[in-house]
Amino acid sequence: MTTYDIIIIGSGPGGYVAAIRASQLGMKVGIVERDKLGGICLNWGCIPTKALLRSAEVYRNFQHAKEYGLKAEGVSFDRAAVVERSRGVAGRMEKGVQFLMKKNKIDVITGEAKLEKGSGAPKVIVGGQTHEAKHVVLATGARAREIPAAGLKADGKRIWTYRDAMTPPEWPESLLVFGSGAIGIEFASFYAAFGVKVTVIELLDRILPVEDAEISVFARKRFEKEGIVIKTSTEAKSLKATANGVEAVVEAGGKSETLTASHAILAVGITGNVENLGLEALGVKVERGHIVTDGLGRTNVQGLYAIGDVTGGPWLAHKASHEGVACIETIAGQHAHALVKERIPGCTYSHPQIASVGLTEAKAKEQGRDVKVGRFPFVGNGKAIALGEDQGMVKTVFDAKTGELLGAHMVGAEVTELIQGFAVAMTGELTEGELMETVFPHPTLSEMMHESVLDAYGRALHI
Amino acid sequence: MTIEILMPALSPTMEEGSLSKWHVKPGDKVSAGQVIAEIETDKATMEVEAVDEGTISELLVQEGSEGVKVNTPIAVLDDGSGVKPATSQNKTPSSPPPAASQPANKDFRIASDPGAGEAPPKATEGAAPQQSKTSGGAAAPSVSLRETASPSSGSRESGSETSRIFASPLARRIAGESGIDLSALTGSGPHGRIVKADIEAASKRAPISNGKALTVPEKAEAPAKPLSLEQMGIPEGSYQLVPLDMMRKTIAKRMTESFRDIPHFPLNIDLEIDKLLKARTEINARFADQGVKISVNDLIIKAAALALIRVPEANASYTPEGIAMHNHADIAVAVAIPGGLITPIIRTAEHKGLATISAEMADLAERARNRKLKPEEYQGGTFSISNMGMLGIKSFASIINAPHGAIMSVGAGEKRPIVKNDALAIATMMSVTLTCDHRVLDGAIGAAYLKAFRGFIEDPMAMLL
Repeated sequence: MTTYDIIIIGSGPGGYVAAIRASQLGMKVGIVERDKLGGICLNWGCIPTKALLRSAEVYRNFQHAKEYGLKAEGVSFDRAAVVERSRGVAGRMEKGVQFLMKKNKIDVITGEAKLEKGSGAPKVIVGGQTHEAKHVVLATGARAREIPAAGLKADGKRIWTYRDAMTPPEWPESLLVFGSGAIGIEFASFYAAFGVKVTVIELLDRILPVEDAEISVFARKRFEKEGIVIKTSTEAKSLKATANGVEAVVEAGGKSETLTASHAILAVGITGNVENLGLEALGVKVERGHIVTDGLGRTNVQGLYAIGDVTGGPWLAHKASHEGVACIETIAGQHAHALVKERIPGCTYSHPQIASVGLTEAKAKEQGRDVKVGRFPFVGNGKAIALGEDQGMVKTVFDAKTGELLGAHMVGAEVTELIQGFAVAMTGELTEGELMETVFPHPTLSEMMHESVLDAYGRALHI
Repeated sequence: MTIEILMPALSPTMEEGSLSKWHVKPGDKVSAGQVIAEIETDKATMEVEAVDEGTISELLVQEGSEGVKVNTPIAVLDDGSGVKPATSQNKTPSSPPPAASQPANKDFRIASDPGAGEAPPKATEGAAPQQSKTSGGAAAPSVSLRETASPSSGSRESGSETSRIFASPLARRIAGESGIDLSALTGSGPHGRIVKADIEAASKRAPISNGKALTVPEKAEAPAKPLSLEQMGIPEGSYQLVPLDMMRKTIAKRMTESFRDIPHFPLNIDLEIDKLLKARTEINARFADQGVKISVNDLIIKAAALALIRVPEANASYTPEGIAMHNHADIAVAVAIPGGLITPIIRTAEHKGLATISAEMADLAERARNRKLKPEEYQGGTFSISNMGMLGIKSFASIINAPHGAIMSVGAGEKRPIVKNDALAIATMMSVTLTCDHRVLDGAIGAAYLKAFRGFIEDPMAMLL
């Protein structure tokens, strides 16, 4: 039996990053993984879907070759090769994490972990072996939520979760996508790009419900132009697999409708992996499927910490990584800062892309803030026009009184790469003054960020 | 390679200090052990020694600069190796990053700090690495280093703006609008930077306009900005302005906070000290050949400590989490020094003999006057004594020295007429006032403490038990 300073359970972007930080601080670290290093993010989430969406983007560009003065005839695609590329990318990521664990002298313990009461921190049992540590960090992540009452339960054949959708057992002819958050929208965008007839069903009154309403509306128009059918304010009543497809009954405005398709994807939310870990016996506080922590990862049990998706939303890899680092630094007695959720950016890699950080205009007003709102459209930006990507907008929301940047919301080409600029500004607590003084390089898409800030104060130049 | 020398943290609580003197100038070669600068905190002056050799290429902070924040670059040293600084990528795995609250300290140390190398004050269990790679260095209250790519980086602002307050633009703006003084705040952001949350917390603590935080105060309710002397009718030119030094600022801040925030009350007693004086004379006569010369103050320290052990409720500090009952009687003794006062501490005074207390006190007072005390010699303590008897003060009530639960004010010993056995008599009397923090010490506890104290003072033999 080895005694560790820290054992981390789960090697996703929360767990493995926490492990590296702990090792940097001189701790002896073990990390438990039941599947592949890197967790969902690297193997079944963020990264492989970006590989799929890149194929979709290149394919889409080929189809528009003529607009750029290029000839690309007989363009087609190889479904298997598209998926294979995505798997190859995931495989490379996993090897990368293996290397990082080795380099940082972190012991990888393979198997499912179960916790038992120890003298200090809980003991960690993996495959009958007991491991002890001064601190145990749960980073077990989350999985797709199912709603059995409405038939929203995956069977892996006709009714898929994200995982099936990423490695489809067969190519769909048509798809029903339940849920219009980032995951649902990305798969809708991916399959639509390859000619699959996609219908998105959303319970709320707009798609991407966490995004700013204006962005939702803008994105919806673009998706519909791409051929995606979108049904909002629509509730799933039942979903079942039939002999040659799936059949769903949905209800909107009191009227029932039966929808059919070859396959369905469930993207109706996320629930934490809190089962079979022995949490009940330890008395760990779990609320609505997620472990309750204090913002620096501390649970109600001595020596036990939790980070990332298992502690609740936003369910994002970068949130997990940051929580992991803050948790480890807290354990090491350093003065770590708890994450401010309003400063965590979120991205959707559909076509067009959507990215945002902070409060939506509506949320800011709900908080009783007096706001100034700036908008700038892609059509006013030289680089966007040169790229042939003139559809999109950058919206900024400021507190009228203090000049605090409350939120930034973007839709259009490459906005997922731009949003960090606003995240830096929010974290550094810059006001509109510093943002206006910042020199943005020309010609870039980032100039629209500057213009949007200027517009909030009636000073936009190129519109 | 060039190395930035950063403003050292001389104690865990130090946020800023004054660079009172440079012993080197640009171009000077320095060698191990050479004193390069003197740094003055609110309580002490310390020398900073170089451990590695090199050439001072730039001084970033002018001599006499006040309010230099901890970890601000103060000078640039060229080690002459010609080696380009290592990039952070190939550096991180083997050495802990210097961003820790107690930055690693390999190349410089504080000359007057023998404590370097001991365990860090608050290391969490798990943090103590088994490999020694981070211990030693991380423990030292430290001059920290930052390797930089270019010798001039970082010099732009720190050279000119010596009393810079680190605050986010948003924090500055909100503070300005709501009339909050940034210099009175402690930042919770990275490297102690003041951020929005700190301003909001401050405005919640002291709601300024109808309890509405963060609004522009109406004129009538504007926060009381002290009127200038001119506004109060003292013409300019009719006085000399002495700038506030660190000690004065600290005294002003801490005493204001204590007097305003701690509900305090005084308890008075008169003690007969003839027996005490006699005992003192006998002890000093008997052990004169051993150099023993104890003072009344030394006896008071011992008696105060023993009384604290007898009435432990008086040896306590208020904290929001609970009353901290101290295990030992660490007596802080106010010492007047040029420009202010300081309270060095006689630790575990209950266990120390009079000769030890006397010797320690003489040493501490001497070094206090020369501003050579180490932070651990004046920080902490569980109880304070202020003795103004030698200055002819009959009776006074001191302001509590937080976090202590009480402070004892000792007046002059003098012959007074007293009533003894229903007849007038003459006795040497001393008035003592105990100022109590009512959150910790109720009147009855204060009275019990003074009763115990009286027992030792009026019957000094009891101190031998």
